[in-house]
Amino acid sequence: MSLKTMKKSTRSNLITFGIVIAFYLIVSLMSVMGMMTSSFAGQLVPICAYVVLAVSLNLTVGILGELSLGHAGFMSVGAFAGTLVYTLTFENTPLPVSILLSFLVGGAVAGIFGLLIGIPVLRLQGDYLAIVTLAFGEIIKNFMNALYLGYDSTGVHFSLKDSASMGLAPDGVVLINGAMGITGIKKASTFTMGIILILLTLVVILNLVNSRAGRAITAIRDNEIAAQSVGINITNYKLMAFIVSAVFAGMAGVLYALNFSSLVAKKFDYNTSILILVFVVLGGMGNIRGSVIAAALLTVLPELLRSMKDYRMLIYAIVLIVMMIFNQSPQIVSWRKKITAGFKAKRAAKKEKKEAA
Amino acid sequence: MKKFVSAALAASMVLSLAACGATATASSTTSEAASTATTEGGDAAVGTPIKLGGIGPTTGGAAVYGNAVKNAEELAVKEINESAGETVFEWQFQDDEHDAEKSVNAYNTLKDWGVQALVGPTTTTPTLAVAAEAANDNLFVLTPSASAQAVIETGDNVFQICFTDPNQGVASADYIADNGLATKIGVIYDSSDAYSSGIYDKFKAEADVKGLEIVAAEAFTADNKSDLSTQVGKCQAAGAELVFLPIYYQEASQILIAANKTGYAPVFFGCDGMDGILSIEGFDTSLAEGLMLLTPFSADASDEKTQHFVEAYKAAYGDTPNQFAADAYDCVYAIYDAYVAGVINGDMTASEMCDALKGAFTSMTFDGLTGTGMTWDETGAVSKAPKAVVIKDGVYVLAE
Repeated sequence: MSLKTMKKSTRSNLITFGIVIAFYLIVSLMSVMGMMTSSFAGQLVPICAYVVLAVSLNLTVGILGELSLGHAGFMSVGAFAGTLVYTLTFENTPLPVSILLSFLVGGAVAGIFGLLIGIPVLRLQGDYLAIVTLAFGEIIKNFMNALYLGYDSTGVHFSLKDSASMGLAPDGVVLINGAMGITGIKKASTFTMGIILILLTLVVILNLVNSRAGRAITAIRDNEIAAQSVGINITNYKLMAFIVSAVFAGMAGVLYALNFSSLVAKKFDYNTSILILVFVVLGGMGNIRGSVIAAALLTVLPELLRSMKDYRMLIYAIVLIVMMIFNQSPQIVSWRKKITAGFKAKRAAKKEKKEAA
Repeated sequence: MKKFVSAALAASMVLSLAACGATATASSTTSEAASTATTEGGDAAVGTPIKLGGIGPTTGGAAVYGNAVKNAEELAVKEINESAGETVFEWQFQDDEHDAEKSVNAYNTLKDWGVQALVGPTTTTPTLAVAAEAANDNLFVLTPSASAQAVIETGDNVFQICFTDPNQGVASADYIADNGLATKIGVIYDSSDAYSSGIYDKFKAEADVKGLEIVAAEAFTADNKSDLSTQVGKCQAAGAELVFLPIYYQEASQILIAANKTGYAPVFFGCDGMDGILSIEGFDTSLAEGLMLLTPFSADASDEKTQHFVEAYKAAYGDTPNQFAADAYDCVYAIYDAYVAGVINGDMTASEMCDALKGAFTSMTFDGLTGTGMTWDETGAVSKAPKAVVIKDGVYVLAE
């Protein structure tokens, strides 16, 4: 029995990897053949970033079962840390080293924040935890909005008031300029980098989920008291999931930031956190493959609706509601099950095709 | 049967994804077809229309600026095409929701359409992202209202029709010092806004040089601006004789109301974001009496150009145009000037047009709504004289 389930999960994981790789191949082929529009080509890196964000948030929300509304906060600290490293190093270091370094630093800093936030926050449960993570995201946003950082020959200066109060020497360089954020970033993110990051995220998170630790984490989700009674160290496992989730959010932030020439803290507000949560909910809590597909589809959708002019956000919302009902409503789900009953194999084929699209 | 349905579903999904590209091609073919039709049907002088693109937030929190820019661009394009008797400009405007990512998407959509010159984006943060993309593509960008210095530093293809923020901060401090308006200054600004904090930084630096004393510098952010009486109170307690407000008019109106409540009556001094304060619904404009602002445009100016623009704008959109609209209107006309001079035509590629416009803008002098004798230097910054106006009896009066 256990062998059978193992096989099933391995197969399911392979399908997920297959979808990502197939997407990469199709897009590469399209761009070689010159069939890509600028519009679609420009969205590829954001799609990758959102997929990584959705998958990493799914670890907290779906697998660990704790509602987090501050995911954009981790993205923000990762993005700022990584971009700082990149802007400081890209001139003197070979480009791949500089990029790799910025991803590592971005992920590490976000992970440290995950630890710092996780220690107090994970003592809370349910709604309380959601509200505290929401507050965390807002704190990060407002802090980064007010942060001025620069350096000159005498060292590093920072201020939370304005750039003049940093007291930079005339030769000083302003790195983070408060609400203006970091400007003049040389674009570095590529679609290939994005796909590599997605694959890395999937390898780590899918392995974690299917490991001993992952089973402990799902046990905590299903019944915390029962999990505690069999000797699972709740705090440790919760922190583990939370930090892994934060690390990948930070890396996604770096990927996202290096795709644009400017980086502002305002972008990472609760709207972004909610957006990522929408990807996760639509894809299905705990369903990693669902997150991948939902994030990609919902990133492209508003652009597909551009021809609708001012109505597009309205239509986006309606489409979202319809998709949610279709995916999650118990009646619809049972109706779908009824229709597909007995055609399990065919249903799998349909799912594959649908996702390949 | 099920197999068939599932295949159909999958196919429709693929199609909808592919439609992303298809719509772009389709629309460009139709416009090409339309332009050939006009060429054949019209007179001999008709050339290929130039494709102008505009970007700005027409939805979301900053929609008031994006819509002003959109309307004014539409108006200018319509006027030009009517008076020329031919389609000089084809024009398309895309929404960016005041978000860098969406703005780059909007830019790419315009690129698929075949845009040759860009009038926009409207707001600073999106412009920074779009300008970098446009610099790579060597596509001409003339922004009506993205005023940060960093915008024109992005590339030599990026030009501004508005003042840069540093310029406004410096000009304000100079004006206050040179006219001896006050020596004790209070500042209330939005620290979460690039425009506001950009002006404040330079104002502060220049104020130090000019011997103005900033006795209070109070910040608010976009998240906590529902009550600004604390900031007003601090300026009052510090004894500021003049309060500098490098912010937009909505927040400024609250500050005026709060100051009125506590009986605090310093000189209030604003920048171009203050324009529009007289048209806020439900705001007692008598509170704005004596408010001074540096602005390139005032809808009440008596010159013929402004009056014509304000009238046409009101007739078309039922609204008094603000300074964003005037800037956008000027942008289209500035490019039209280059077209009239024969520097550009619709048969050029975007990159050729960019090079031609770069040359044209650095050598031409342009008279528009927001200034006369405007010139541009190689960095893309505009040089025009800021006008200081003071509100008297509910209208702008030039302050001298």
